[in-house]
Formats: sequence, C-alpha cells, structure tokens
Amino acid sequence: MSILINKDTRLLVQGITGNEGLFHTTQMVAYGTNVVAGVTPGKGGEWVLDGKVPVFDSVKLAVEATGANCSVIFVPARFAPDAMFEAADAGIPLIVCITEGVPVQDMMRVRNYIDQKGVRLIGPNCPGLLTPGEAKVGIIPGNIAIPGNVGVVSRSGTLTYEVLYALKQVGMGASTCVGIGGDPINGTNFIDVLEMFEHDPQTEKVVLIGEIGGTDEDKAAEYIAAHMTKPVVAFIAGQTAPPGKRMGHAGAIIEGSAGSAADKIRALEAAGVKVAKHPEEIPSLLK
Amino acid sequence: MKLHEYQSKAIFAKYGIPIPKGRVAATADEAKQIAEELGGRVVIKAQVLVGGRGKAGGVKVAKDADEAAELAGQILTMTIKGLPVRKVLVDEAAAIAHEIYFSITNDRAAKKPVMIASAAGGVDIEEVAAKTPEKIIKIHIDPLLGLRDYQSRDIAASIDLPRELWRDFSRIAAGLWQAYKDNDAELAEINPLVITKDNKLVALDGKMLIDDNALFRHPDLAEIRDVDEEAPAETEARRHGLSFIKLDGNIGCMVNGAGLAMTSMDIVKLFGGEPANFLDIGGGAGAEKVAAAMRIILADPNVKAVLFNIFGGITRCDEVARGILTAMEEVKPKVPMVVRLVGTNAEEGRKLLENANMITAETLADAARKAVAAAKG
Repeated sequence: MSILINKDTRLLVQGITGNEGLFHTTQMVAYGTNVVAGVTPGKGGEWVLDGKVPVFDSVKLAVEATGANCSVIFVPARFAPDAMFEAADAGIPLIVCITEGVPVQDMMRVRNYIDQKGVRLIGPNCPGLLTPGEAKVGIIPGNIAIPGNVGVVSRSGTLTYEVLYALKQVGMGASTCVGIGGDPINGTNFIDVLEMFEHDPQTEKVVLIGEIGGTDEDKAAEYIAAHMTKPVVAFIAGQTAPPGKRMGHAGAIIEGSAGSAADKIRALEAAGVKVAKHPEEIPSLLK
Repeated sequence: MKLHEYQSKAIFAKYGIPIPKGRVAATADEAKQIAEELGGRVVIKAQVLVGGRGKAGGVKVAKDADEAAELAGQILTMTIKGLPVRKVLVDEAAAIAHEIYFSITNDRAAKKPVMIASAAGGVDIEEVAAKTPEKIIKIHIDPLLGLRDYQSRDIAASIDLPRELWRDFSRIAAGLWQAYKDNDAELAEINPLVITKDNKLVALDGKMLIDDNALFRHPDLAEIRDVDEEAPAETEARRHGLSFIKLDGNIGCMVNGAGLAMTSMDIVKLFGGEPANFLDIGGGAGAEKVAAAMRIILADPNVKAVLFNIFGGITRCDEVARGILTAMEEVKPKVPMVVRLVGTNAEEGRKLLENANMITAETLADAARKAVAAAKG
C-alpha cells in the first residue's frame, strides 16, 4: 500500500511535447510509471517516446481514449491555471501541478473551483509524488529513495530530495513522498496528507518538512496532537531567515505574528513531534 | 513588487476612488510650485517603500508654499529605515473628521481574498487588531463571484458608517476590488480612508503590493518598479532570474531550491557561521545563470568563503560545475570555496571541478562545517 499513486495509476501528462514535459515523461516511464497519454493542444495524433505514448488535443479526448486517472502538469505558468481547470472539468480525480510561478489570484480561483468538483490537486510549484518502486508523478529523482515505511510530506523541493537521500543512506525507505509545494495557495495541505498516512497500513512513521510563512505547520501540529497515532519527525527551514520586508498592515491583521520558524517548531514540539536541527539528523530521530 | 503611495493612489483614482489633489516632487522648488498651484495647506509625504514614514518624521503639514519648500527640503535629505528619500508627494491637506481602515488582501488560510475594515483607522491599526480584534471587520470574497454589493453594505454597517455615505462607500469598495483584481495585487490598502469635515470620503493614503508572478500580464506595472529602492545586487539577480537577498554575514551561499537554500543558511548558523546571502538559482539553471550568481556573491566584499550546495534534480550538477568554472576564470576569486554536488550528473560535475582547487564535501553538515572553518581562515 501507499497513498495517492501506485503501479495501477494511469498517468496523463499535460504539456508532454515541451522540453520539461518530454524530459520528465522519459524519466517517469523509465521508473516504471504507467504513462498512458499526453496532451498538447494542436499536436493530437502524434506519438512520443518512440511511439509509446499517444498525444491528444485535449484532456477530455485523452481520458475518453485511455481512461487516465491522474494528470501531471508541465505547462508554463501563464497556461497552468487553464490546464488545471481543464483537467478538473474532464473528470481527472488527482491533478499534480509541477509548474512554478502561477499567480496567486489565479490559484484562488482554481482552488475554489476544484473544491466544488471534489478534485484533489497537489501543488503547484511542487516536485510531485513518488511511491518508491511503483510510480513517480513529477520530478523527484527516482534513484534517491527506496521502498519503505516512512511517509514523507514536504512544502519544499530539493530539501525533500535531501531528506529522502539521507533516509536511503541508512537503509530507510519511503512509502510515498508527497511534495505539496511552497506557494501561498495550493491544492493540498499537511493535514490532508497526514490523514492519508495515518490510514495507510504501509506507513509506520511520518516525516514532515515545513518552512517559514503561513500557518499550515501550526494546523498540522494541532491535527497531530488530536488524531495521529504514528510518530512524526519534522524539520522547519528558514530558522535564520530575516523577517520579510513587508508593507501595509493587512498581513499582520490576518496572520498576526504567526509564520516564524520558532513558532512552528514550538507548536510541533508541543504536539509531541521531534524536530530535527538539520535534515541529516532526521533518520536518527526516526529510530 | 511594492508600489509607492503616489503610484497606488493614481491607480485607485482610475477606479473612481476619490483621492486628494497632489503631485510628486523631487526638489524643494518643485514642491513649492505644486503647493502654490494647490493653494492653502498641503501635506508633504516622503515616498519610500517602507512603513512607519509618519512616525519617522517623513510626513509634515505646511501652511503655505514657502513652508512646503522648507519641509520638502528637509524630508528630501532624510533616510527612513535605511532608504534615502528621493521623492515627496505634495497633497492638498484634508480637514479630517474621522479615519477608517480599509483594505483587500489574500487570505492564504481561507484561500480567498478578504476585505478588511475598521472604524479605528490610522497609524495604530495593528495595535487595534492585536488588542481589540472585535473592532476589525473581515468579509471573505468568493474569487469566482467577485465582490457583491451587499457585502460592501454589510461592511459599511459594521463600521457604523453614516447611512448617507453608504452609496459612496460601496463605489469605493467596488473600485478597490477592481483595482486589486485587475492588477493582480496581493494587497490594496487605504489607510486612512477619511470622512472629511464636509462629510465626504477620501483615500488619504494608499498602498499596493503586486504579485511578482503576475507581472507578465502587467508590463505597465513592471515598468514603474522603483529600482532605486532595492540593493543593486538584488536588481542584478532579478535580471538573471535568480532569487537573492543580501544578509550581513561572511559566508556566500549558492543553492538550488528555496527550502534547501534556507536550510543551508540555517546549518551555517548552527555551526557558528553567518550567511552573507540567500541565493536560490532555481530549477534547471544553466552554466550562464550559475556564473551570474557567482559574480553577485563575490561582488560582496564581506564574503570570506563560499558554500555551493547543489542537489541535482532538474538542475544538472555538470552544468553548475561549468558555470562555476566560467565565473572563476572571469572573477579570479581569492576566497576559499566549498562545494557539495549530489544527484543528477554529480559525478561528471565533480570531475570537472577536480583541478579547480575547491574544498569538497559529502554531506550537508560537512559542507557547512568546512565553510565555517574556511571563513575563519
């Protein structure tokens, strides 16, 4: 078992003929992911990867022809909101948006729309998902993780790789790694993933990687204290970051003084979470 | 991207929000001329991109044009929170009866825009929010529906605005919402929105914060960015698509990914060092970008050692190594450099740097320790 993706996932790639889309599709297929279709408007009828993957003009056509049940988005930021709306409208239940730099107001519209549709969105601005040994959806390098019983959830990209790599060095593996992305408005938060890990029989321990800004880690701490039976180890990036150069009062009115690394660490420790001083300390705290 | 008060108010005016008459001046003479045109009392306001201008003495009232020239001259020699004042706004002075706080911003927790208002507006609004939160009214706006008129009326009623002003207030609210939405603002704030003694609503001050990620569809706004207000290295970094923040330490850091960059800074500090900067070269950076990053780091005279921490994913370690070599040929750095390459093409990258006289490290902690030791000499 794992969460969100496994060897039965039928993956569709939006933006499959672009540089990044094609490169990472090659990597995902090499990892063993079942990539069933690609979408690039205007290129329907073509094939990529030596005739292995068909390209369609729209997500709707691709879903009808292949039964895709998960989509990963590699299109540029200005087209990414449309790609998310399109995937949601075509009935894809799980959308993973890798694209970085999507405007915040676009994301508020996307998020409020897909919530009404009951669709799960991971990202944007995230490295995607990896269930070691089964499937990868996104850009996490496959060779830095092995299958195991640690669930990993992270707001960061390369910092997540660092943690997976540190686990692998001591022979520890991951059940699923979920990069939820670092943007202020995203599709899935820590609590959503913690709940999935709590109910996943393969996952026995959880690593949570947060960073400064927002209140997601504080809410995760509340959730852990109230609902988690599995041990959680955390790391929060940005302990030495200078306070943001902020203007106007609205931010302070909405979030108060929350958002600093110290506050988040305090909240997590109060919930019984062991917080690592640096990422390479995480494996020893999991033992 | 922050906009100045005068820029924000010009945008508000386009959306039908009443603002005082006034213009920007860069010299005392210009200020005097504007004051003469306006006639009567004027307010001279420093235009710098930080809060707390009033408390720092950057906002003064002048009774006539001569005093306007004198006060503008003083304010134009001030430095507020490290930023020299280069421009002042000269506005006609309003007869204020009451000050209201009014803004729209993104509420990341609610995933919606939120309209915020308070009858207790003015410079102490954050204190009001902390001590008497019940005096702050918040209404969330459905981003798919937009602001509805009834919501504006609800706000007006909640802040006890006199009924005869409700219609004007609704127009201002609609204008603020459109200004926020059309310009991809992260914040559109009027503080204070005043009721004048002749019972009119006027936006005396304005602030806007624009989403940098949305500037591709606002070339007009990108154009008016005030680059005088940021460190030259930050302007240079943005030109190369790098995310850079200058800090006060002596260990230069070059990392891929914001989270890992912050973590690298944290570890440097954990082992007793002080980072000189935050620098994220982003995903998939090529040799040229890496070389630009290195030039920016080495241009800081405080830097006594440089730490490279690259975890290759989309970014290829051999590309990074090539960028480092290019920049080294050009800059001929005299400070020690510690490099850690892991992930995609790390082996090739390490081979390229073999003869470059760099200190290598295997783990993150090891790299940080070596950089701290190298900086101490």
